[in-house]
Amino acid sequence: MQHTLDQPLLEIDHLTRVFLSRQGLSVTRLEAVDDASLTLTAGKPEIYALAGESGSGKTTLARMVLGLERPSEGTLNYKGRSVGELSARDKRTWFYKEVQPVFQDPFATFSPMKRIDSYLYETARNYQVAKGADVDKRIDEALRVVGLTLAEVRGRYPNELSGGQAQRVSIARALITRPSLLVADEPVSMLDASLRMSILNLFKDLRDKEGVAVLYITHDLATAYYTADRIGVMLRGWIVETGPVERVLGSPLHPYTQLLKSSVPQADPDKAWSAEPTLAPRPVTFPVSGGCKFAARCPKVMDRCRVEIPASYEAEGRSVKCFLYA
Amino acid sequence: MAQPPILEARDLKAYYITEAFGVRRTVKAVDGVSLSIQPGEIYGIAGESGCGKSTLLKMLLGEFEPPLTPVEGTVAYDFGEGPSDALGMDEAEVASIRWSRVSYVPQGSMHVLNPVRRIGDTFHDFISTHRPMPRRQTNEMVKAYLAEFGLREGVLQSFPHQLSGGMRQRVTIALATILSPKLIFADEPTTALDVVVQRSVIQLLKRIQRDHGSTLVLITHDMGVQANLADRIAVLYAGKLVEEADTRTIFKAPRHPYTQHLIGSLPTLEDKVARQSLPGRPPALDDPPTGCRFHPRCPYAMDICKSVEPPLVTLEDGHRAACHLITDEADHAAHSRPALA
Repeated sequence: MQHTLDQPLLEIDHLTRVFLSRQGLSVTRLEAVDDASLTLTAGKPEIYALAGESGSGKTTLARMVLGLERPSEGTLNYKGRSVGELSARDKRTWFYKEVQPVFQDPFATFSPMKRIDSYLYETARNYQVAKGADVDKRIDEALRVVGLTLAEVRGRYPNELSGGQAQRVSIARALITRPSLLVADEPVSMLDASLRMSILNLFKDLRDKEGVAVLYITHDLATAYYTADRIGVMLRGWIVETGPVERVLGSPLHPYTQLLKSSVPQADPDKAWSAEPTLAPRPVTFPVSGGCKFAARCPKVMDRCRVEIPASYEAEGRSVKCFLYA
Repeated sequence: MAQPPILEARDLKAYYITEAFGVRRTVKAVDGVSLSIQPGEIYGIAGESGCGKSTLLKMLLGEFEPPLTPVEGTVAYDFGEGPSDALGMDEAEVASIRWSRVSYVPQGSMHVLNPVRRIGDTFHDFISTHRPMPRRQTNEMVKAYLAEFGLREGVLQSFPHQLSGGMRQRVTIALATILSPKLIFADEPTTALDVVVQRSVIQLLKRIQRDHGSTLVLITHDMGVQANLADRIAVLYAGKLVEEADTRTIFKAPRHPYTQHLIGSLPTLEDKVARQSLPGRPPALDDPPTGCRFHPRCPYAMDICKSVEPPLVTLEDGHRAACHLITDEADHAAHSRPALA
């Protein structure tokens, strides 16, 4: 394809996705993703974590990146081409091979009635990645990347595999088309602690050895810190803070990121919280019209926060959507 | 430790026994667990999915149905009036202690509130069953109690679907604790909540336990939650209690290789040091490995581990662990100190 190195791998600029829900005559507008921007550079694959609470829009953003959801406004370019304007044929022969999903629950991904290798063959066939005996070779290659072999997996049903193994097969399936970008939506949240790290380590290996970039979507800040190079913290459709993960989570600047970080229970009894609530729960009115989306809960709220929408400002090596850093 | 334990399980074995087409299948979900919980403590039960946490909870609550069958051992409560058997209670006995003395915060608060009853009605039903009183009085009592939880009285007029997940979880906790039970079981009370809400729920549980002086048994796989709440922690693996100690010891100086791995694999917000996963997966409980159930995954496995089950031995300060690596060590300790159970 007409792809040059200085072109970003993924370019998201002021991307918005609006859902309208109608009840009788009233129409409610929900900006699931609102004016979000992020760029993944080509040539230097990285793991970018999208973190946020439920309803923050991270899955909607991921679905747009996968081409499953059309943006309402803004730019979404993959290797210089607008994903929303790709023809069905381009999607099938090019885009879907380049960008592959990994889903949350490996046991929900695979039907319990079907052999797990059938998914691998199906992907190989649908995208015509190889012919004849080379199909087996290509599938075996993909499985070896995740630490399995075709001989181990052939003929097995999902219930014969552990959650970690099934998630590996799910990742191997995504690798069959040799993608440049994996979109992994909560890939470890259903896995047990003793299996979780192997999947996260696998993403790091894919980045380092296979040159695959990963968009890692998670609610878990600790695994984001462990796995990712950069992070974007989402709040009701906005990316409120984005930058290198050590900076953003090491010393968060946005009051929302600070709140999130302080809410992660540390696995260290010396850092346990007291019984007294630090913040009195304040009622939040929805929808907040105008102003910063965090204003109602923000401990540092100023007058202008309630009327003006903050831009993203550069501060201490990251970008923060907050007037404190204007 | 002078007080008698409020809850004591001795060598508890509870199996799921099913029989279909003449094939008998036995899943040994809880297999020989002994533990004793002191009044006023927060006792954490940790372990991965399928390790027997929920089954153990059912047995400790005395709430079990076939195919789950108690095979051996006892569970006894003691509310200062001498021990009473928890496994053989009849319906009247269950009704007399459930919620008022022994209470339970179920997992998944989304599904435990009646969707077609207002919260206030649910509270009234709940309270009047145990302490008959007029509606006006229960309303006053509930209003005062909910205020402590940061919930406004408007909640009483709401249906469950009108509340957020965090509010519903707080309502569920309020229901479970409004009658000041002595013993509260909480099954994954913060799973499925967002982190900010999770923090407030953890602090709320801590406050209730402190203010009412109740005993809290906390079942969760989330070691961060355990570190924040529990005084003592029991780690289960494949139906066995493999280690039990005070929270600091479990996190700072665990002795069982499984606990060491569990603690060592937790990612933190402080460093990016590479962490490893254990090979394999927890065993199926209908056919557990012989000897130590952890031996197929254990980096220190010896020959003896494959054939002989390690005893749960007591080390210093009530720290108990079941591993052949430390059995000898404990023999010496046992001579100077009597074993716990």
